[in-house]
Amino acid sequence: MPVAVEGIYGIVAEFDTPSDLVRAAQSAYHDGWRRMDCYTPYPVEEAAEAIGFHKNKVPLVTLIGGLMGLCAMFTLETWISTLAYPLNIAGRPTYSWPAFIIPAYEWTILFAGLSAAFGMLAMNGLPSLYHPLFNAPNFRNGATQDKFFLCLEALDPKFDVVETRAYLESFAPTSVVEVEY
Amino acid sequence: MATKDFKTVDPKLDPATGEFRVLAPGQDFKSVTEKISGIVLTPKTSLGWFAIFSLGGAVATLVLVAVTWLFLKGTGIWAITQPVAWGFAIINFVWWIGIGHAGTLISAILLLFKQGWRNSINRFAEAMTIFAVVCAGMFPLIHVGRPWVSYWLFPLPNTMNVWPQFRSPLLWDVFAVSTYATISVVFWYVGLIPDFGTMRDRSKSKFAQFAYGLVSLGWRGSVRHWMRYETASLLLAGLATPLVLSVHTVISFDFAVAVLPGWHTTIFPPYFVAGAIYSGFAMVLTLAIPLRKAYHLEGLVTDRHIDNMGKVMLGTGLIVAYGYGMEVFMAWYSASHWEFFMMWNRMFGPMGWSYGILIMCNIAIPLTTLWSRKLRTNITFMFLISLVVNTGMWFERFVIVVTSLYRDFLPSSWGTYRATKWDYATYVGTLGLFTALFLLFVRFLPMIPMNEIKMMLPSAKITPKTETAAGAGD
Repeated sequence: MPVAVEGIYGIVAEFDTPSDLVRAAQSAYHDGWRRMDCYTPYPVEEAAEAIGFHKNKVPLVTLIGGLMGLCAMFTLETWISTLAYPLNIAGRPTYSWPAFIIPAYEWTILFAGLSAAFGMLAMNGLPSLYHPLFNAPNFRNGATQDKFFLCLEALDPKFDVVETRAYLESFAPTSVVEVEY
Repeated sequence: MATKDFKTVDPKLDPATGEFRVLAPGQDFKSVTEKISGIVLTPKTSLGWFAIFSLGGAVATLVLVAVTWLFLKGTGIWAITQPVAWGFAIINFVWWIGIGHAGTLISAILLLFKQGWRNSINRFAEAMTIFAVVCAGMFPLIHVGRPWVSYWLFPLPNTMNVWPQFRSPLLWDVFAVSTYATISVVFWYVGLIPDFGTMRDRSKSKFAQFAYGLVSLGWRGSVRHWMRYETASLLLAGLATPLVLSVHTVISFDFAVAVLPGWHTTIFPPYFVAGAIYSGFAMVLTLAIPLRKAYHLEGLVTDRHIDNMGKVMLGTGLIVAYGYGMEVFMAWYSASHWEFFMMWNRMFGPMGWSYGILIMCNIAIPLTTLWSRKLRTNITFMFLISLVVNTGMWFERFVIVVTSLYRDFLPSSWGTYRATKWDYATYVGTLGLFTALFLLFVRFLPMIPMNEIKMMLPSAKITPKTETAAGAGD
C-alpha cells in the first residue's frame, strides 16, 4: 500500500549534466522505482525513456479535434447553403461541395491545433501555479535553467526518508534535498 | 538509446564541410540562459529602444487618425473607384500576410525538416508573423465599408436569418486568415511557456515573478510534460505547414477565381506562396540584422543564419521569377486578345513604371547577387537587399491589383489609380504599428527560445557512458 510520508512530497537529487541524470533515472527505474519524475531545462528524451514514459495521447486528441472541426464546418456549410439560406450563385448547385472543402479544411487545422495545444496542457495538468517542488530551495535556481533533477516521490512504496536519501546520494549528485508539501 | 543519438548529434564538422557554425563555440546552458533572459530582465532600457519605440508609436497613430476619418467618411477617402476598385487596402493586406508567412515557415516547415539552425530565429520570426497578421487583418475589416458589421462575415445566427455565401473566395479568406492568426498565436505561446518558466525563476522583482509565473502556467520542466510538449509542438508544426500554404493559396484565389485578365490564372497559388516566403525572409533579415547587432547576439544568430536565409530567398525568388515569366508566356500563348493587351499594358502602359520597379527589385538585383556567398555573408549588403526585396514584393501586389484593373475591356471605362494621403497614412501607420509591437516583444519576452538553443549545445549530448551504465544495469 503506498502511504505518503507526512509532509514530504519526495526527495530530489540535483545533477549538473543530462548524462548523470539519465544514468541515475535508469538505475532507479531498474531498481523498481515508479513514482518518480525528472525535471530538465529542455526536453531530454532519454530521461523520459529511462523512467518508462514512452507514449502520450496528444496525437489522439489532435486527431479527434481535427475530425470534429472538419465535420462541424462541412455540416454547417451544407446546412446553410442548402436549407437555411439557399442562394443561386451563377446557377451553380446549392450543394457545391468542392467550394465547401476550403473552409472545412481550415477548421480541421484550427480544431486540431487547438486540441493539440490545450490537450497537451490539460494532460500535463497545467496551469497549476503551485507545486510542492517549488518549495525545494535549489529547484528554482536550476530546473528551468541549467540543472537536472531526479525526484523520487513519497507515494512510491519503496520510499523511506533515510534510505532514499542515501540511495540518491550513491549517484554522486550535486545535492539531495527533501521536498516539503 | 543508441538509435536516439542522431537527434543530439550536432554537425560540429563545420570546418570540414566549410559551413558556418550554427552557434558560436564556447557556450553552455548557463551562458545561453543569462544572455537571452538578461536582455529582458534588466531594469535598464536603452535610449535607442525608447527612440525607436516612440518613433514607431508616433507613426502608428497615423493609423488611428486615418481609420477614424475612414469610419466617419467611408471608403471614398481612398483612391478606390471604378475601374480600380481594389487599391492599397488589398495590396497591403496581401503584402503583410505574405511577410508573416516566413515566420510560420521557419517555425513549422524547418522544424519538420530538422533544420536545427532555425532554433535561433524562430521565436522572433513567429512574433513577426503575429504582428504582420495584425496589420494585415485590419485591412479587409476596414475595407468592407461598414466595419461595425464586419461580424456578418462569420456564420453567426442573427435575427435577419441571413447567412454567408460559402462559394465566394472572399469568405474562404475569412476562415483562412482567422485560422492562421489563431494557430500562429497558439503555436507562439506554446513555444514561450517553458521560457516563461525560466524568466519566472530568474527574475528578481516580485511583479516580474508574478507576471511570468502566471503566463508560464506553472511550468516546472517535468520530462513527462516535455514529451507531451514536444509531441504537441511537432503536431502544431505539422498542422501549420499545410495551413501556411493554404492561406496564401486562398488569398490568391481572391484573384484567380475572378475572370479578369491578369488574375484568372492557375499559376497564382504556388507563385503567391513563394512570393510570400520571399518577402517574409527579407523581413526576417530586416529585423534580425539590427537586432543581433543591438543586443550582441552574433553568437546565437550567426553568419550561417544570414547565409541560409539568403539561400532561401534565392530559391523562392527563382520560383517568383518563373511565375512572372509564365504569366507573360501565357498571355501570348493563350492567344487571348484581352490577356495579351493586359500584359502589354502592364509592361508598357502608363503605369509600366511599377512593373519596372518590380522586375528591378525582385529579379534583377537579388537574383543576380544572391548567388555569391561573399555577398550573402556581407551583413550590410543583406540588410539592403532585404529592403529591396520588400519594396519589390509590395510592388508585385501593386502590379497585380492595379495594372490588371485600370484598363479593362472597354476603353471608355479606362481610368487610373492615384493613392490619396489617407491611403499612404494607413499604410505607413501599419509600419509604425508593426515596429512598436515588435519593440514591445523584444523588451518583454525572450526573443530567442532558450530551451531550443540548449538542445543544440554540445553539452546536451548524452555521453556514451550512459549506455555502458545502462548495459551494466540490465
